[in-house]
Amino acid sequence: MGALFSVAESTPAKFAQMLAAILLFAAVMGLILFFAGRVTGRRSDRIVAFAYLAPTMLMLAVGLIYPGLRTIYQSFFDAAGKAFIGLGNYQTIFTDDGQLTVLRNTVLWVVVTPFVATAVGLLYAILVDKARLESVAKALIFLPMSISFVAASIIWKFVYEFRPDQGNIKQIGLLNQVLVWLGASPRQWLVDSPLNTLLLIVVMIWIQAGFAMTVLSAAIKAIPDDIVEAARLDGVTAFGMFRFVTLPSIRPTVVVVLTTIGIATLKVFDIVRTMTGGQFQTSVVANEFYSQSFRSDNQGLGAALAVLLFVLVIPIVVYNVRQLRAAEAR
Amino acid sequence: MFIQPTRQRWSAALAGTLGVGLTLGMAACSSGDSDDEASVPSAAPVDCAQYTSFGDLKGKTVSVYTSIVTPEDKPQIDSYKPFENCTGVTVKYEGDKAFETQVLVRAKAGNPPDIAFVPQPGLLKQLVETGRAVPAPQQVSDNVDKFFGQDWKDYATVDGKFYAAPLGANVKSLVWYSPQEFADSGYQVPTTLDQLKALSDKMVADGKTPWCAGIASGEATGWPITDWMEDMMLRLYGPDTYDKWVNHEIPFNGPESTAALDAVGAYLKNPKYVNGGLGDVKSIATTTFQDAGLPIVDGACSLHRQANFYAANWDEDTKVAEDGDVFAFYLPGKDATTKPVLGGGEFTLAFSDRPEVQAFQTYLSSDTWANNKAAISSGWVSANKGLDVNNLKSPIDKLSAQILQDPKAVFRFDGSDQMPAAIGSNAFWKQATNWITGQDTKTTVDNIEKAWPK
Repeated sequence: MGALFSVAESTPAKFAQMLAAILLFAAVMGLILFFAGRVTGRRSDRIVAFAYLAPTMLMLAVGLIYPGLRTIYQSFFDAAGKAFIGLGNYQTIFTDDGQLTVLRNTVLWVVVTPFVATAVGLLYAILVDKARLESVAKALIFLPMSISFVAASIIWKFVYEFRPDQGNIKQIGLLNQVLVWLGASPRQWLVDSPLNTLLLIVVMIWIQAGFAMTVLSAAIKAIPDDIVEAARLDGVTAFGMFRFVTLPSIRPTVVVVLTTIGIATLKVFDIVRTMTGGQFQTSVVANEFYSQSFRSDNQGLGAALAVLLFVLVIPIVVYNVRQLRAAEAR
Repeated sequence: MFIQPTRQRWSAALAGTLGVGLTLGMAACSSGDSDDEASVPSAAPVDCAQYTSFGDLKGKTVSVYTSIVTPEDKPQIDSYKPFENCTGVTVKYEGDKAFETQVLVRAKAGNPPDIAFVPQPGLLKQLVETGRAVPAPQQVSDNVDKFFGQDWKDYATVDGKFYAAPLGANVKSLVWYSPQEFADSGYQVPTTLDQLKALSDKMVADGKTPWCAGIASGEATGWPITDWMEDMMLRLYGPDTYDKWVNHEIPFNGPESTAALDAVGAYLKNPKYVNGGLGDVKSIATTTFQDAGLPIVDGACSLHRQANFYAANWDEDTKVAEDGDVFAFYLPGKDATTKPVLGGGEFTLAFSDRPEVQAFQTYLSSDTWANNKAAISSGWVSANKGLDVNNLKSPIDKLSAQILQDPKAVFRFDGSDQMPAAIGSNAFWKQATNWITGQDTKTTVDNIEKAWPK
């Protein structure tokens, strides 16, 4: 059994370890099922329910609740996690120049990304709705969704790549090559703040627009035909159809899409870390939390940033869940 | 419930039994997996006489945890073979790119390796503070007295206790250049800082952009500038002031820092000097440090200040030698008599005092190991004075070893590696990056001073 918890050396050993872990899981579940199945009597339902819920509750407690509480606790301590400094770390977040830049960038991300991604997705969904080759057109914009954030960041890093306008040196970045074709000189896109943050946001929009398009397109298709026909008979314009028929009908879906992208955006980390490493004033809360905790050895500030992120996400999650319920209730 | 109760009970029981049985079986299989390589005898016959003092340690295992990964790990592992064959110890080697963060986590969690190769004195101090590390045995201490300078010993001494012997080393005070270009254009290798400046100006007069530089390195972007600044600090103010600066006995925004950073700026922020083949001053920020020196080969730039490990970045068909395509010269001191050397290295910190661990530590601190390692690796050097320079294969390694062993040389360890993590691996990098993209020197040093942990 010791081998299960030691570090495996070779690939077969790693697979064996993984298989063993899966089997162990199966064994535990099997035991629970076995004992739950033997329970009989009046209260058996409750006991069975509890037996089924217990592993989840235990794992949530160990993997989520305890670390969550501990992070909140740590956020009141100094860099080494030894001296209590009250709200000192939170004060740093809201007064230090570097941290204020991080907050500014996060606000920029959260304000721009969900709305632009949703708008692009919605526009696209309406344009291709019932068009010829609709599925091909949709697949095209949905493809970026299937690429990981890191891979997307590397692709876009190449798009923004800079080579000097010197001698026979050739551009390898798409954007700068376009500039050169137009007769302009190439630029270092990722250096100047806050333009660089907006250019990073483009990557997120590129990924998320496909998600918005898919969900919204499904919602548009679910609009009852009789409403649409009634509107047509009343002689509605294309914009009127969108403003008074389509949009009100899919409003709950739009909100869910907006908030879902908003949550993903708040937690953005991969794009920033891969493309700029948080340099050139592009850091965001999630990236800064990682840098402070693991690179800068400032556990307190790192924990405070994590708590801040948590606090910022909660209202959006609550709103998201409510809207989902409202949408389902219809 | 969608399954009949009796049937469900039976299948659940079967799942349980099967699961437990298979799990145990699998665990038994995987525990038998051992390191086959250790039993392969080394190609060259080894005289075990040098190893008898370690005694018989057959069947013992020493675990090593390090940031040295492929391809540099191969010569490391191979260099242990004589020791393993003669003493019977098995060395379990684990390389990890995330070593710097993981080793602290492991030490704090009470699961440290037997030996960690720690590349930073600052991290070594943090590890010692966890209370898990053990001081080096007497033999290792004696070896270090014999084979290394006192400065190296001090970097691994915490609160008067000596913990870890140096392992490998690197030399950062080097400037890469093209010997061919120097011969063709009649340039001389400079021996003072003033000559270096004059050489740069002469190259400008010849219509060249002399320097190329790049600091992009993912989240560590900025570190090459910290090396530049440390080199200048050592040259302008000498090793004593350097130590005070590193230990924050003088402020980071004092006149010394400002002058040292301005001295770097005289090269890196001088649009006439940079950035040959790569763009303007700002392009330094976005050029990766791996790519930064490459324009030397096509003649787009002439000089690139980077450590000996930069040798690994040249193409395979680029000859790195004094008479080859590229080579390096020692970044000169203020005058020809002083020879400050900036560099780095790893230290073998132990978390256990078992005899086999101490024996392995002793082996690694000996001249025997240094020469064994030299014979099978390239792009590697040690500050071990017992290392025979002739055992090193590549010319750049020989040059590095000569610089390290020069009795006139005053070695100083990379300052940012000794500063607190909040500075050395965060604020210093970030502010240096801001500085190269336009921030002035005063704001830069003030911001770093402000970030210094109280």
